Parts: sequence; structure tokens; C-alpha cells
Amino acid sequence: MRGQDPGGLNTTRRSTVLGAVAAALVVISFGALSQDGASPKIVPRLTGDEPPMADHRIPPLDRPVVDDIRRMRNYPEQPPIIPHAIDGYQLTINTNRCLDCHKREFTEGSGAPMISVTHFQDRDGQVLSDVTPRRYFCTACHVQQTDARPLVPNTFQDANAFGRKR
Amino acid sequence: MRKAKALLLWVWNWAVWFWRIISRPSAYLSLGFLTLGGFICGVLFWGGFNTALEITNTEKFCVSCHEMHDNVYQELTQTVHFSNRSGVRASCPDCHVPHNWTDKIARKMQASKEVWGKIFGTISTRQKFLEHRLELAKHEWARLKANDSLECRNCHSAAAMDFTKQTRRAAEIHSRYLIPKEKTCIDCHKGIAHLLPDMTGIEPGWNGAPELQGKTGASLYHPEHALRAFLASIRSP
Repeated sequence: MRGQDPGGLNTTRRSTVLGAVAAALVVISFGALSQDGASPKIVPRLTGDEPPMADHRIPPLDRPVVDDIRRMRNYPEQPPIIPHAIDGYQLTINTNRCLDCHKREFTEGSGAPMISVTHFQDRDGQVLSDVTPRRYFCTACHVQQTDARPLVPNTFQDANAFGRKR
Repeated sequence: MRKAKALLLWVWNWAVWFWRIISRPSAYLSLGFLTLGGFICGVLFWGGFNTALEITNTEKFCVSCHEMHDNVYQELTQTVHFSNRSGVRASCPDCHVPHNWTDKIARKMQASKEVWGKIFGTISTRQKFLEHRLELAKHEWARLKANDSLECRNCHSAAAMDFTKQTRRAAEIHSRYLIPKEKTCIDCHKGIAHLLPDMTGIEPGWNGAPELQGKTGASLYHPEHALRAFLASIRSP
């Protein structure tokens, strides 16, 4: 047992004390430094209003887009957004209410667009006859949109805006 | 054999004695006492019966059993039928007990099986409940299908539905299936107040009947099954 060796114990204790003193010095000096400099300002604020524990008025939820009009994708790989309400649509290990309309076999009755065939390919490149487990949870990529105002201005530019013009 | 004969004789004698008493006019009690007393007792009995019946028709009574409180009630509290912008709430009996008297009594008689289940703990644990969820759900779907979603229509009437206030998709589907009475509410609106069981093989309402679909129907491949198999395979490498 290491603890039974008195010499070893002493060295350990000495080095521990030295280490603690050094660490305290570092902490104090850096604390003083950071107090001098201005604290970084994050815009938009991410931690809620000041004081954080007070009762603040919560702004009403923004209205989701429910007009059923297909939106242009901002870039080719963008998962299409959901232009309808999905409140209460169960997406669990037991059932997938999205696929009740968007599955290939059900699109005739529902009139919904079929899920893309890219969803039929599993991670080994094997093409299955229906959605693969890794694409099962639709809302991991496809989301609803609301009429919310962006928190920060968006400077996104379409890829077509770059490069040589025809 | 002799014992059975003696018992039969005893029952017969007792019936004859009872019939002799009730088939003769009363010698001591007045007609007024008997008719008025009968009326008052009838009122008391009927009032008591109906009050007891109504007590069993409350949400409080339903969730007094932990099976209901811990499973289905908790799920209901997350749905639009519990909390919504207009503040109308549907409680358990609004959807699960018919409002018409004869239908209500028929349902209450069926509920004696639920008393049986309570006594013997058929769904007394979460695990047991999950195992029975599909069967229980199928009972309710069949009941609502058979009575043309009567409990839905107690509040939601097709005549009062303003299709112009619905989204275009909803209006189209309702006018295509609901108005010609081709489908009923529960065909499409399953799982609106509770979590759904394993829906493998249960087609959405807008799909044709399974016997009309042939072998190439949708029931051959189930993403839910594939997902479960995948999860099982990564859990036990």
C-alpha cells in the first residue's frame, strides 16, 4: 500500500500543498484580469431576462405556417419544411403519423407528396423498399416554420448569386 | 339426488308462500300508504340509482384507479382535448360513455369486465398496461366505429363544420370522406387523446379496406418494425 510508506506520504503532502498554492495564485491573478476586461456581450441574449428568477411576461408563441404551399428550398440539400400543422401527430417507436400520409402506399388516398427515395437507402448503401430506420424520425430534419421575426438579421445568399453570370 | 330434490321443494314452497302474501290485498296497511309509499320509495330508489350512476360517470371516479390515473389520464393532459385556446375540456366520460340512457346502461354493463380487470390486476403495472394497450385501443375503435363515432359527434357535428375555416387539406379530406359518410371520425382520428399502441398493420382511414388491397398492400413492410429491429441490434451487439 502506498499510504503506508511514511516517506512517500510526506512527499505527496508537500507537493499537494505546493500545487494548491500555485493553483490559487493562478485563479486569483486571472480573476483580477478578467474583472478588468469587459465581459463578452452575447447578442442575442441567451440566458433570459435580468433578474433571471423574476416573473417575466412570455411573448405569445408565433403562428406556424399551415397553408399547405410547398416552399422553395434555399439550397438543394435542404430538407423541405412542413407547411402544415403537426400538433399532436405522434412520432414514436409505435407509430409514425407522418408516414400515414407520406408513405408511398398511402399517397394516393392522402394526396401528400411521397417521401424521397433517398430515405430508402440504409447506411450501408442498401436500398430498401421503404424508409430506413435512420430516416424514421422525420422531425429530426423536417421542421415547421412560424411567422417569427428572426433574432438576428440573415445575410444568407443563394448559391446562384455567386460565380459567373450567364 | 335426494338432496337436490329437497332443495327444489324448499324453493318451491318458499315461492308459493311469497306468492300467497303478495297476491292478496293488504289487511292492515291502507291503500294510500301503499301507493304513496311505493311512489316515494320508487323516487328514492331511482334518484339513488341515477346519482350513483352519475358518480361513476365523472373524471374523478375514473382517475381514482391508478391504472387510469398513471397511464391514460397523464397522456390526455398533453392533448388538445384537455387544454386548448377556447377552454373547452373533454373529460373521460365525454368520449368513453354514451350519453343516451339505454346505450349508457349497456356500456355500464360491459364495464363490469373492467371491474373484473381491476380486481385481478389485469393492467395493474405499467408493463401490463403497455402489453394490453393494443387490445384496449381496438375495443374503443370498434365501439366508435360501430356507433358512427357518436361520442365525437356529441360535440363535433359535420353540419356545424365550416370547411372554409379549415385548412384546404382538411376541408378536402372531410368533404371527400366525412360528408358522403364513407368514413367516420375514428377511422382517421385515432390517438387524438392518448398515445397510440403498436400500429403495425393498422391502416390509416383514407386507405381502402385491407381485403381490397391485395397482397401488394402496405402491410408488407413496416418501418416501425424495421426501426425496432435496428434498435435491438444496436443495443445488443
